[in-house]
Amino acid sequence: MITTILIHWLLTLLFAPFFIGVITKVKAVIAGKIGPSLFQSYYDLARLSQKRSVYSSGVTWVFRLAPMIVLAAVLMVSLMIPIGIFKAPVQFAGDILVLVYLFALVRFFMIAGSLDTGFSMEGMGASREAFFSCLTEVTLFMNLLALGLLAHSISLSEMIGANYPVSWNLVGPSMLLIVASLFIVLLAENCRIPIDDPDTHLELTMIHEVMLLEHSGVDLAFMMYASAIKFLIFSSILVPIIIPVKSLDPFINLAIYLGGMTGLAVLVGCVETSMARLRLDRVRHLLLISFALAFFGLIVTWWRA
Amino acid sequence: MNLFNGGNILLADIPVLTMEEFRQEVLYYCHSGARLQNLFASPENSGKVRLYAILGFDEEAQIRVQSTLVSSDNLQYQSLTPVLLAAQNFEREIAEQWAVVPLGHPWLKPLRYHSNYRGVEDLWADIMTRPIPGAYPFYGVDSDEVHQVAVGPVHAGIIEPGHFRFQCHGEEILHLEIQLGYQHRGIEPMLTGNDLKRSVLLSESIAGDTSIGHSTAFCEVVESLTGCVVPPRAQVIRAVALELERLANHVGDLGAMGMDAGFLPSSSYFGRMRGDYLNLLLALTGNRFGKGLCRPGGVLFDLDQTMSDDFCNKLVIYKKEFEDVSELLFSRPSVLARFENIGVISPMIAKQLGLVGPVARASQQERDVRIEYSSGIWQFNHVPISLSATGDVYARALVRRQEVLRSLDFLLKILPTLPKSSISSPVGTIKPNAFAVSLVEGWRGEIMHVGISNDQGGFSRYKVKDPSFHNWFGLSVAMRGQQISDFPLCNKSFNLSYCGHDL
Repeated sequence: MITTILIHWLLTLLFAPFFIGVITKVKAVIAGKIGPSLFQSYYDLARLSQKRSVYSSGVTWVFRLAPMIVLAAVLMVSLMIPIGIFKAPVQFAGDILVLVYLFALVRFFMIAGSLDTGFSMEGMGASREAFFSCLTEVTLFMNLLALGLLAHSISLSEMIGANYPVSWNLVGPSMLLIVASLFIVLLAENCRIPIDDPDTHLELTMIHEVMLLEHSGVDLAFMMYASAIKFLIFSSILVPIIIPVKSLDPFINLAIYLGGMTGLAVLVGCVETSMARLRLDRVRHLLLISFALAFFGLIVTWWRA
Repeated sequence: MNLFNGGNILLADIPVLTMEEFRQEVLYYCHSGARLQNLFASPENSGKVRLYAILGFDEEAQIRVQSTLVSSDNLQYQSLTPVLLAAQNFEREIAEQWAVVPLGHPWLKPLRYHSNYRGVEDLWADIMTRPIPGAYPFYGVDSDEVHQVAVGPVHAGIIEPGHFRFQCHGEEILHLEIQLGYQHRGIEPMLTGNDLKRSVLLSESIAGDTSIGHSTAFCEVVESLTGCVVPPRAQVIRAVALELERLANHVGDLGAMGMDAGFLPSSSYFGRMRGDYLNLLLALTGNRFGKGLCRPGGVLFDLDQTMSDDFCNKLVIYKKEFEDVSELLFSRPSVLARFENIGVISPMIAKQLGLVGPVARASQQERDVRIEYSSGIWQFNHVPISLSATGDVYARALVRRQEVLRSLDFLLKILPTLPKSSISSPVGTIKPNAFAVSLVEGWRGEIMHVGISNDQGGFSRYKVKDPSFHNWFGLSVAMRGQQISDFPLCNKSFNLSYCGHDL
């Protein structure tokens, strides 16, 4: 058990930063630049982890604790997600609830940590994050319920490993709705354009980034690692639904998984370069659309499955 | 007394009105179509302070100069600001520079932080001991639900220092106060004196991105006072450099606006294209920002036949590239959704605030020095004015796009037909005790330089006005009722100069 958990974590930590690098590379190439190396996120994390964290004299233990809780909670979630051919070490009926509320815990500590700094812009970022995550959380739940109906289980591993070719045949339209809705959730939860702009340096427009402004050194590395793992988790849920192909050869399966993950990262990069960011007061419209998609996806699934 | 752009007049010929007449005249003309282009003070030998108002009659291309004396024992006058909004920054500047009180000014704070130039007691006792602009009161909104957001003077990007104080209700901005002054170097006192060779170098550094604009304005003041006639070839080369400066900055601005809206592709292409125009300036002047080109009497570098052919060939390519990339930016619905109806300045507000440059033209104000107060080559080659009516970020982007295309057309038209003459003519001595005005349409708008000569061949007072001096207040007004997350984009659509304001 311990060994499988350790191997699972090792794989998670190994793969996660790569896909962030893919997104950055795709964005740079489409914008006509060479861009940083695919492994730049690893270098950044290595560099930050060698640095000491600097704390303002005004912060309390909440701010210091936040990065650890955030990374730990995200790593706990990763245990419930199969990575390619490696089964999830932790699986039980109802673990989707744990997933959703571990993410809520992450968010709580990020928000608490940023409010702890007393920096007016961190406060604005925190309030935006709290508002938008209210809208994505319920959408994520509905999507997972719809998948649960198809898999006849409310355990993540079984949902992700369900027999989706059959589902695509049976309830194709609702699968489309679910995939579209989950993709918007993925963009929102991982702070990508059009919801948030991970590259901006403008504190007044940031959502997620502004909450990291005061973190430094190892703490910042923890936060960035947590974001990368979060992207890996969401993609690992989405990819097996979009590409429900399975082979008897585990290596081919692994290749399909990694190819799918990279493809999803490329897609996110393309979305980011093909459109501008939404105005902040229009973000909720997009999130409500994703909610509507999930809602109808759930109804159609329930009716047909 | 009326002047043309680049004209001069003896100080003694400028009418000295009584304070009441001065006030009435300024108000009368400003309410009947004229524009307050400048309002500044200058010390007199008698210890009195003389106020000059420069009014622009855009349609007649005339500049009217008025003056009045503020007596030495009672240095105060009735402020114009309550009835003439465009005067507000000028009166704050007069109070800070000469310790003259504009009575009834609604928001009398210094613009910059230095002791006054008369060497008397400052209006703000602690202006030198507490140099932090944050130490002065900010306009506040008193409510439990309103929060203040303070941004700057240290910013996250590589930009100049300035302090922005927002009064916000949730995401909505109720009021924005912009407090600058961190870049004050004392340019105006440095430009007074007799060392013109040093002054022209200083004029190139008034605002680093407007080197050509400011140095041309300075040279025109000197040329006006010395009666020097600039050879036609030099005038054309100055115009070419001025347009290249405009092209580089407008293209860079469009890229930066795309970047702030989160649209990457156009911003990196525009960023590269900005470099192309800077490289043309480098080829012409040896400096990417055009320093070292304009000198009183003409220019230092000639544009020979091979170079102008090369420029033309390149500009044809650059024009095609610009058309393609700006189409990429302007055809994106998601970009337009960010640009439209944000930071709106109505034509009426633009007129009241006395905005200039592309910002004013985006609010349907027909103000372009190249057309209205044309001098040099502009008298013979007209560039169409680029207007837009909506006054939002989109309009400001559209005006820039239009101006880039028109500047390119202008360059492609005049480069093959450069007049044949020398590039410089000798400069005589400066006419004593005279007053000269020059106007240049820099890429940000109307640059005005005013020189008042002494009797030793130098200046006793030199006044610089960068277009940003008018437009910063426009940015504050544009942000009212907007989302705070739209501020960076709106700010970029103005792209004002901090050091041009702080001098």
